[in-house]
Amino acid sequence: MVDIHNTRDTHYRLLDHCIPHIYTFVASTRTLDEITSSVPIFPGSHFVENYMQALSAGSKDVGATVGTMMLNSLIMALGISFGKIFISLLAAFAIVYFKFRFRMFFFWLIFITLMLPVEVRILPTYKVAADLKLLDSYSGLIFPLIASATATFLFRQFFMTVPDELCEAHRIDGGGPIRFFFDILIPMSRTSIAALFVILFIYGWNQYLWPLLITTDEKYYTLLIGIKRMLAAGDTQAEWNIIMASSMLAMVPPVLVVIIMQKQFVKGMTDTEK
Amino acid sequence: MADVSLKEVFKSFGKTEVIHGISCDIKDGEFIVILGPSGCGKSTLLRMIAGLEVITAGEIEINGKVVNQLEPADRDIAMVFQNYALYPHMTVFKNMAYGLKIRRMPKEEIKKRVQKAAEILELTEFLDRKPRQLSGGQRQRVAMGRCIVREPKVFLFDEPLSNLDAKLRVQMRLEIRKLHEDLNITSVYVTHDQVEAMTLGDRLIVMDNGYTAQIGSPLEVYEQPATRFVAGFIGSPAMNFIHVRLSPDGKSVQIPGDVSLPLVNGSVPGQGGKDVLLGIRPEHFELATAEKKDGLHLQVDHVELLGADTLVHGHFGEGKNALILRLPDIQQISKNTILPLAIPPSKLHLFDMDSGKRIGK
Repeated sequence: MVDIHNTRDTHYRLLDHCIPHIYTFVASTRTLDEITSSVPIFPGSHFVENYMQALSAGSKDVGATVGTMMLNSLIMALGISFGKIFISLLAAFAIVYFKFRFRMFFFWLIFITLMLPVEVRILPTYKVAADLKLLDSYSGLIFPLIASATATFLFRQFFMTVPDELCEAHRIDGGGPIRFFFDILIPMSRTSIAALFVILFIYGWNQYLWPLLITTDEKYYTLLIGIKRMLAAGDTQAEWNIIMASSMLAMVPPVLVVIIMQKQFVKGMTDTEK
Repeated sequence: MADVSLKEVFKSFGKTEVIHGISCDIKDGEFIVILGPSGCGKSTLLRMIAGLEVITAGEIEINGKVVNQLEPADRDIAMVFQNYALYPHMTVFKNMAYGLKIRRMPKEEIKKRVQKAAEILELTEFLDRKPRQLSGGQRQRVAMGRCIVREPKVFLFDEPLSNLDAKLRVQMRLEIRKLHEDLNITSVYVTHDQVEAMTLGDRLIVMDNGYTAQIGSPLEVYEQPATRFVAGFIGSPAMNFIHVRLSPDGKSVQIPGDVSLPLVNGSVPGQGGKDVLLGIRPEHFELATAEKKDGLHLQVDHVELLGADTLVHGHFGEGKNALILRLPDIQQISKNTILPLAIPPSKLHLFDMDSGKRIGK
């Protein structure tokens, strides 16, 4: 017998999730008047017009086009994902394969930052970023968010499951540590890297608080800040059709990443190749 | 091609000394098996030859050159690991070629060598596969191929057959022996399996707790075990040990139950009247034809029929000394039967009670 309760629950959930998205899409294809005067159910005929305006001109109050902001978001998200992955791989490599003084101390130092939420560190981080003149720059958007205790921990756990003999066989084969890292460890971790990339890309794409603090120049606005700015239209009517079109656009890259990397993601989460 | 020589090699982990001064000369082209129970330090010794463990004291020479300070890669050795240690993301070809690639060998040469090794090991059709698509035996062959292509001076094997099933183990054992005969490269092979040791080795190093208990050819180790430990370790089922007393003239031993057994080659002079340990291998008992009054009489406890031979467990004398016999063929013997036994004097081994060292020849 099918579990009716569960099925129904799933249906509700689907509705729950879908209705806002459907309505966002519908609104993004209508004119502003149509949205504000009634609640349209079916998509209208202004799809191309609204999206083109969003991408090329943007909302009139923000000062940056959605195209620019998407590019900024993309740079930030990719920068954060690749940066985090690379730094974490290196950190985990050092912690697992090298014996140095205070090794465990450093590990725990990294680990403890897991327990501190971003909001706790945000003021000192801002101060550091400001002193280093990172405000209003891509470096400022990316570098302060690049350290990742979670990813380091994940890779550490993975490296620890790699048999020691592999490292020893590599030593006998005549390879040094850097070679071992690039030739053996990274290829072996590729499914974990892919899984982590999906998570980190979405994390980077969805960053809101940090870009809000660190950017004042429209040139560096990310899309999420842009959408927020569009809403704060002051006395004038917010351009809902453009906002909705921008929101739809904001969803595209994460969805694409998930769809493209789905297989790798599941593999990375469930099995490891040893 | 090279000889390997160990001179008073010691190893300590922290304050615990695990290898207590081992010396051994391994001749060029020789197949040496290091045999011992788990935890006796045999793998550690091999890893010290490989350079994976730093030695605490002593010297290791390969081809007349002290290699104490050399990295594993510079010692011109190759090693096969118990769990194969293949690179999982590389094909068989790349696994074998990797060491050569690091050494910047020209591509043509690498290809030639890998092809040749693959032919020897019958791996040609698997060159494009990944290790996980291979069976255990094939993986082990790839691991050996990785060593062969390097054409090293010394092969090191660290229990390479332990992860294989029994049938494959026998087959691979023969292949390793054949490979050694073809290539004639000095090999050091670590195992806890005495059958592997007896069949593969030109000479064995039997290790006990970080000491060498005996170094010798397989037959020497079997026929003339140097210590009680070696005697008990080599052979299956293990050798029987009985507490006995030497006769005053040292020409025979007194077994509990007033049985006296003469010793071969006359005697062990100077040891007369001493309490010693008598060792008899289960396969060296013979059933006495006529019921001799003065022989050893065994009361059978139970019988294990193995097909090829029969194991008889029993006891004798007032102290109920337990014995195991291994009789050829299938023997229908029922419980509580009294078996009269004969033991050829040449098959008796005597060991000192305290030191465990062999007494006499």
